[in-house]
Amino acid sequence: MATVSMTVNGKTVTKTVDSRRLLVEFLREDLRLTGTHVGCDTSQCGACVVHVDGRAIKSCTALALSCEGKTVTTIEGLANGATLHPMQEAFREHHALQCGYCTPGMIMASVDLVQRNGPGVDEHTIRRELDGNICRCTGYHNIVKAIAAGAAAMGSVRQAAE
Amino acid sequence: MRYEAPDTIDAAVKLLAGEAGLARVLAGGTDLLVQMRSDVVSPDLVVDIKKISELRQVKEEAGGFRVGAAVTGAELKEHAKLPKAWPGLVEAANLIGSTQVQGRATMGGNLCNGSPAADSVPGLIAAGATATLVGPNGRRDLKVEDIMLAPRKLALTKGEIVASFLLPARPARSSDAYLRFIPRTEMDIAVVGCGVSLTLDPSGTCTAARVSLGAVAARPLLVEDAAKAIIGTKLNHAALAKLEAAARAACKPIDDKRGTVEFRIDVAGVLARRAALIAQERARKA
Ligand SMILES: Cc1cc2nc3c(=O)[nH]c(=O)nc-3n(C[C@H](O)[C@H](O)[C@H](O)COP(=O)(O)OP(=O)(O)OC[C@H]3O[C@@H](n4cnc5c(N)ncnc54)[C@H](O)[C@@H]3O)c2cc1C
Ligand code: FES
Ligand code: FES
Repeated sequence: MATVSMTVNGKTVTKTVDSRRLLVEFLREDLRLTGTHVGCDTSQCGACVVHVDGRAIKSCTALALSCEGKTVTTIEGLANGATLHPMQEAFREHHALQCGYCTPGMIMASVDLVQRNGPGVDEHTIRRELDGNICRCTGYHNIVKAIAAGAAAMGSVRQAAE
Repeated sequence: MRYEAPDTIDAAVKLLAGEAGLARVLAGGTDLLVQMRSDVVSPDLVVDIKKISELRQVKEEAGGFRVGAAVTGAELKEHAKLPKAWPGLVEAANLIGSTQVQGRATMGGNLCNGSPAADSVPGLIAAGATATLVGPNGRRDLKVEDIMLAPRKLALTKGEIVASFLLPARPARSSDAYLRFIPRTEMDIAVVGCGVSLTLDPSGTCTAARVSLGAVAARPLLVEDAAKAIIGTKLNHAALAKLEAAARAACKPIDDKRGTVEFRIDVAGVLARRAALIAQERARKA
């Protein structure tokens, strides 16, 4: 057991955890932030994607202790109160989910790919960037459409802010 | 299990060497944590090396580059000069997993995980990279092709870690390429991987080359006969045929669900030819 502190969705949290605790278990079980999902045990599926210091990672490939002092954003940290993040809004608008199991990871991966590739990111890049996220029921067609729309919306939000 | 995250190499080595039970280095964790979850390994001590700045840097040295063992694939790709100098190696490192895996996975981990199919290892071997190891008895240098001995078996002694890779200075008109064959387009383990690095003279004749194959034997191979087949040539038809034959002759693959022995041997020749032609094309412009 050891103590770990990090900032999760803007709040500083400190907990004593087992040293084998994965970040995803820490988020779900210790913080009860169950929006981050676990879809596999081989780090393949991407349901667990969160941002750590601004970069998307699979939270099942990080120990909680290795995130000491880091800033973590989960799907719960995207919306602004009742106002959804533009990417969440786009997923809803374009019917980019059925069961929703993969959705938190898809959205966190999408926000990251737009931050790196810009609001005009093309379909080819979106598809290539999604190689770490598996959806078993919606099919990727609507997800890709939603990401393109969400990307454009993120761009105009940023413009409005400037 | 004890978790430690020291900030110097010496402290890391001391921890690893002093552990009586099973000790493991943790870099990106994309192999180790998966193995721990499935109980393939249960370390008593995990030493996280990500806080050691020397292992996280890319520095120019002796006209080449010294790449810290814990630099991630994403950091390699974002480096100002590496992708231009070593496009094949950077490509190989970036085939490892998806974006979210690339943000964590390292070449040190790829090598030390000890898989014959590790993608960046043939890239490093073709590049002629030398690894610097640090252990309780000090530092030593080993060529990358001499580090992995067999699946999960390395030349590292107790407490020793890979600190960095030295990529040598390159003459003009040098470049490299890495290709792998997988049954899908992304996210799979190489059935065959091949790295080629070469140098051309002003007339286009190949003056130096290294060819490395992955996933076709118990460890990634440096195939000297394949390099010899193209050195002194302009990679004409006959030279490429010899290259293919030499690559195939070096293979001692296994049969598994990803590919049969015959298929792997055949593909090794094809990839060697294609990678050599890509490296040649790049070297003409370098
Ligand atoms: C979804 C997914 C897809 C993948 N796809 C690929 C792929 O396409 N190609 C491929 O080659 N691999 C792939 N991998 C495997 C893995 O990501 C790579 O092998 C990666 O490079 C491992 O690096 P790491 O830093 O995460 O290693 P870790 O998991 O941290 O370490 C791996 C092993 O090496 C040891 N180690 C690490 N660094 C050092 C060091 N500096 N000195 C001594 N020992 C050390 C550790 O103790 C451990 O035993 C994939 C993994 C996942 C989860
Ligand atoms: S739960 Fe992390 S990738 Fe599947
Ligand atoms: S919406 Fe069901 S798995 Fe993607």
